[in-house]
Formats: sequence, C-alpha cells, structure tokens
Amino acid sequence: MLIIIHRGYNMLHEPVAQSEKDYASDYKRKLGIKLFIVYGVLYAGFVAINALIPGKMETRTLFGLNLAVFYGFSLILFAIISGLLYNYFCTKEENKQRSMGKGDNK
Amino acid sequence: MIYEASILPIMLFLIIVVSVLAISILAARKSSSSKDYFAAGGSIPWTVNGIAFAGDYLSAASFLGICGMIAFSGYDGFLYSIGYLAGWVVALFIVAEPMKKLGKYTFTDALDSKFNSKGIQLMAGISTLMVSIFYLIPQMVGAGALVTPLLGLPHYVGVIMVGSIVIFIVATAGMKSTTYVQFIKGSLLIVFSTVLVIFLLNKGLDTNPSDSYHDFKELSAISSSGKITGIKESGYSITGNYQTEKGHFLRLESQNIETWWKVEKDGVKLTETLSIVAARGKEKLYNGAPIEEKRFYSVGHMSKIIVDGKEVKKTGSLGPFKFISTIQDSEVIRFVSSKFSYEDASISLWYQEPTSGEEIMRPGLKFKVDKGSTPLSKLNFVSLMLALFFGTSALPHVLIRYYTVPSARDARKSTILAIVAIGFFYILTLFIGLGAMVNGVLDVESSNMSAPLLARYFGTILFAIISAIAFATVLGTVSGLIVASSGAVAHDLINNYMGIELSDKRKVIIGKIAAVGVGILAIILGILFKGMNVSFLVGWAFAIAASANFPAIIMLLFWKKTTAKGITWSILVGMISAIGIILLSPSMFVKYGLSASSAIIPLDNPGIISIPLSFATLIIVSLVTQKDKTKKSIEKN
Repeated sequence: MLIIIHRGYNMLHEPVAQSEKDYASDYKRKLGIKLFIVYGVLYAGFVAINALIPGKMETRTLFGLNLAVFYGFSLILFAIISGLLYNYFCTKEENKQRSMGKGDNK
Repeated sequence: MIYEASILPIMLFLIIVVSVLAISILAARKSSSSKDYFAAGGSIPWTVNGIAFAGDYLSAASFLGICGMIAFSGYDGFLYSIGYLAGWVVALFIVAEPMKKLGKYTFTDALDSKFNSKGIQLMAGISTLMVSIFYLIPQMVGAGALVTPLLGLPHYVGVIMVGSIVIFIVATAGMKSTTYVQFIKGSLLIVFSTVLVIFLLNKGLDTNPSDSYHDFKELSAISSSGKITGIKESGYSITGNYQTEKGHFLRLESQNIETWWKVEKDGVKLTETLSIVAARGKEKLYNGAPIEEKRFYSVGHMSKIIVDGKEVKKTGSLGPFKFISTIQDSEVIRFVSSKFSYEDASISLWYQEPTSGEEIMRPGLKFKVDKGSTPLSKLNFVSLMLALFFGTSALPHVLIRYYTVPSARDARKSTILAIVAIGFFYILTLFIGLGAMVNGVLDVESSNMSAPLLARYFGTILFAIISAIAFATVLGTVSGLIVASSGAVAHDLINNYMGIELSDKRKVIIGKIAAVGVGILAIILGILFKGMNVSFLVGWAFAIAASANFPAIIMLLFWKKTTAKGITWSILVGMISAIGIILLSPSMFVKYGLSASSAIIPLDNPGIISIPLSFATLIIVSLVTQKDKTKKSIEKN
C-alpha cells in the first residue's frame, strides 16, 4: 500500500523543509508512477533487445537511422516530452486545488 | 602522445579559474549559516537550479568519458548516455518532490524523517561518503587527462590543481558558490558542444581527415611454405615475429628504426601499427623512436564512404541524420589494442581494424552481447544498464540539489529543465564521439581526450574553449560531490549520529574541514587511478548508489511496513555487496596486476546482484522488526 507523503511525517530531530500540506500530492504520485511504468517498460525493452537480439538493432527505421540509434534517441526525447507533460498536469492540478482553497501547494 | 601547451588555452584556463574563485569569494560574503553552506539558503531559482543540475551531472564521465568511449567503441558508448538520462525519469516521477518535502540538508534527513534512527544516520552518512568518493575518482582522473594537453603539465599536477581549486570553492561558500559554478559551466558546456557539432556537420566526412594525417603504409610479405621469409619492398628486414590471439605481428627494421606490422588474413599484406615499446633500463620508444621525434600519430579515419549507394572520397556538409546514416553505410578504420611481452620488453600495439558502419552503430564492440558473448557477459551489460537507471535518483550530490530551491514545485520544475538540458547534451555526445572516431584526432593512449582533440581539429580557439569548459566541468562536479560529502560528515555523522550539538557556525566550520579532507583524498585517488576510462569508473559509483540508497528511498516512500532497521541493513548490505563485487571484479584484478580471468567474481558491474539483495534485506529485516515499530509507536502515544 502506498504512503501519502506530507508534512505529517515530520522529523523528530530536525525540522523538515517548511511547506503547506500538498493536496495535489496523491494525484502527482499516481501520475508519476504511471509515467514511470511506461518509461520503465520502454527502457527494459531497449535493454532486452540490446542484450538478447542485438542483430535486430541493425534494422533500418526512419531518417535512415538504424533501430539502435532511433530507439536511443526516442528514449531521450520521450523522457523530455513525458517530463513536460507531467509538469503540465501537476501544475494544473495544483492550481485547481489552490483555486478550491486547499493550501498553497508549493 | 606529445601535447604542446599554447597561450590561448592557458589564458582561457586562467580566466575560468579566476572566475570561479571570484564567484566563491563573492558568495562567501553572503553565506554564513549552515543552511547557506549546505543548501545555498534554499533560495536558488528553479531555472538556475535546473541548469546547475545539468552542470553537476554532466561530469567528466559524460563529456570526456562517453565521447571517448563512442570514439573508440561506437554505439556502445552511447548506451551510457541513454542509461544516464533514463535515470532522471526515475528522479522526476518518483523521487524529486517527496525528497524535497522530507529533507533539509542531506538525503539522510529524508530517509530518517520518520524514524530518528542512529543506524540510518550512520549508514546513510557512510553511504554518501562512499558514493561520492567513487564518483570523485573519475572526475580527478579526467582533470589530470585534461591538464596535460591544455597546459603541458603531468597528470598528477592536473589532479592536484583541480583538487586545490575545488577545496577553495567549497571551503569558502559551500553550496552557493558550487551552484553558480555549476550553472555557468552547464550553460557553457551545452552551448559550445552544440557549436562543435555544427562545425562537425558542416565539414562532413572525408577519407583523408587532414593534410597532416599520417599515411599508413602497406607492405607485401614474401612467404615460403607458409612462413614469411622477407619483405618485397626494399629497405625492410624482419627482426621479430609474434603471434597473439588477436593476430600475427612482425617487427621490421628500416633505416635503423624498428616498427611493428600486422600480417593480414591473406598472409601477404602487412599493415602499419602504432607501437610503444618499454624495456627495462631503456628509453620508451614510440613507433621505434623517442617520443620527441613525434612518430606516434593521432589516428582514426574512414576507409570507405558510401552516400546513397555510391562510394565517394568526401561528402561535404551533412544534416544530423545523414551524418549518422552515412557512417552506418560506410567503413571506418579503428585502432585496436594488443599487449604482449617480447624479448624482455613490454609491447603495446594498436593495429588497424576495418570495421563496417553497421557494426559501429549497433551494440557489441565494447559490451559482449553479440559475437563471442556468453550469458555472463550479457548479464554484465544488463547489470550496468540497471545501475544507470536506478543510480541517478540515489546519488547524494544530485539529491542535495533538491534542498537548494524554495519549494517542491521548484524541485520538480528544475528536474524537468535538467532533463531537457542533459538529454540534448547526450544526443550531442553521439556526434562528438563519432566525429572524433573518423577525423584522425584520437590519442590511442587516452580515450578521455577525444572530445577536446576533436575541437582542436577545428582550430586552437575552439580547442581552448572546449578544454577550458571541460576543466570547469570537472570543477563543477567535484565541488558538488565535496559539498555532499562535507554535509554527510558534519550534519549526518557528527551532529546527528554522534549527537554532538554544534552551533550553526561550528557546523559550517566542521563542514569546511571535512571538505578539505575529502578533497585531499580525492587528489590521492585521482593520481592512483590514472588511465582508466572515466565513464567506466562512474558506472561503479552508480552501482553503489543504486544498491545502497535506491532501495531505501523507494521502500520508504512506497511501503508502509518499512522500518528503521530495514533501511539501515539494506544500505549496509547494498553498499558492502556492491563494493565487494567491484573489488573482486575482473577490472580490479587487472589493476592489481593479476589476470582478469582469475577474478573471484566474473561480473564487472555489481547492480544485478547487489540491488535485489538490498531490496530483499530491507523487506526481510522490516518484516522481522515490525514489533519494534509497534512498540515505538505505543511509547510515542
């Protein structure tokens, strides 16, 4: 079962960084896990092809690139795109929570 | 190879040094508290922090190590780029915001936030130190490799110089000066690497890299009954003959100079090699002559260029995809190393190996996943990729950067900016590495110098700028590592674990003393590990971080049965198993002067054993110690 992380788990010996309760944290955590799983599967597929059927990496794809380079570039681009999407949806949810008067979601 | 210092690189180097020292002194005026020293006051804007992340992360391993590995082993080096970048996805989606909310100065704060456990404080503090030290070694090795061509100084002088400057940066203003040094360095690195790639694409590909490129000769052997008895070309006589697993080599004498040649498969053609002959009590000979005679050439060229099915001598400017696809269709001459002893001398040879572009642009030249692979060699590769994926989000010097921004939202945004900057840079590494491979600039003795040497191909100014930036790269990363280490010593170990109450001012002083101590240790290790590829060494730091820290972070965040003892033991087991496997690995056995095959553990990359072991330890110990948790909870109430 997942733990919701917020200021409630305060340190006993040192104060943690002070912030208001984050009402969007549950949404952000779930979205983060989903995107992580998608990326993890793509990365695992990449490693598996390299390790098990490296000859397949010679297959030509778009722009004259072989699968090795195309898949590698795609993983980098997908990391950037999914990061930007994650931020967009997290910010939207934080703003929504704020407009509902639930904390400042710093 | 002989490097000659020139004025411009020295001037730029001095400007960089003076600038970072000035930043440090200025920042020192504004940082007096421990929050300023360890976390830059928590006031760094996310934009600055994002680029500083890139400046921190794009270390000597990324710039020097990966580009060098691509230049020598093609696509396999690029796998490091992909693994390093993928690790940031874990950092963003899973770790960034929770770590920001739970911690204060160090990642130990976050791990210990629920427990106030002496065990966690001790283990996480030690783990921070171990990971940082393993990460520091390659940075210092890279520093030494850079200073040689830049300033014409020996390797150890470079290491001492970098160590001293970094100690100054950290000991003056801690995280604040470190952040701005990393920000400037990260920006410059990305901008000028882009410039280098633009120059490269504009120039295109050419079978003759430059007018000064050495013309490697071919000779013909005379053979009788399958044995080589002489050389057809006049002026050469055979003085030595040696057969290794990698091939058949002949030593030929001409005009009182002895050089080594490779006998090709047909048994007739002989191709010129590069050689270093080291005999006890005699001067080392480079291609048969002392190094000053400059007979030891820079290498790497294309033997065949195919564009749209037609063979050409050169291409003219190319677009980025066309550059890569043309190399894929063509043939490159790589220089492959072979070492053996002959007549009481140690011989290091680099012979020409025509390699198809297809082979260069797919896995297999470095990682044994295809020809000659075994299940173990494949496992070794998977183990490395696993450590790179899970290691980033467990690196203490990356994690402490979350405490330099005001909020969790800023932590998230700065991570995304870092992914954009780092991802873009890693795409550039493929072009820089391949450019170095085919433009006759490689120093076979040091793969780490490939990127600066490619810059030198385009003129002294670009070389000076790229070298100075590479030097700043080392400064930025080493500073971050030393801040992380000093936080572990002063905050985690002395203040929290030992329970010694330190005033704010005293905590900063202890942090500064720790920074000096770790800096000196880094200098010593940087000298001892000279010559190893820096990216390979960083792989080890990732493996230790992924094994010791990652399971603890993930289980703390996602498994409510996690206990303090579970975390403590998982860090200990992860750290000891990862370091133990490294120390008993084939690479380390070679370093000990033993054969790689005699290594006790046949894996070079420990992650695939040590990461699951650490997770299993945490789960088992936590389940066994649930009663302690309940007892504490009752006492608390």
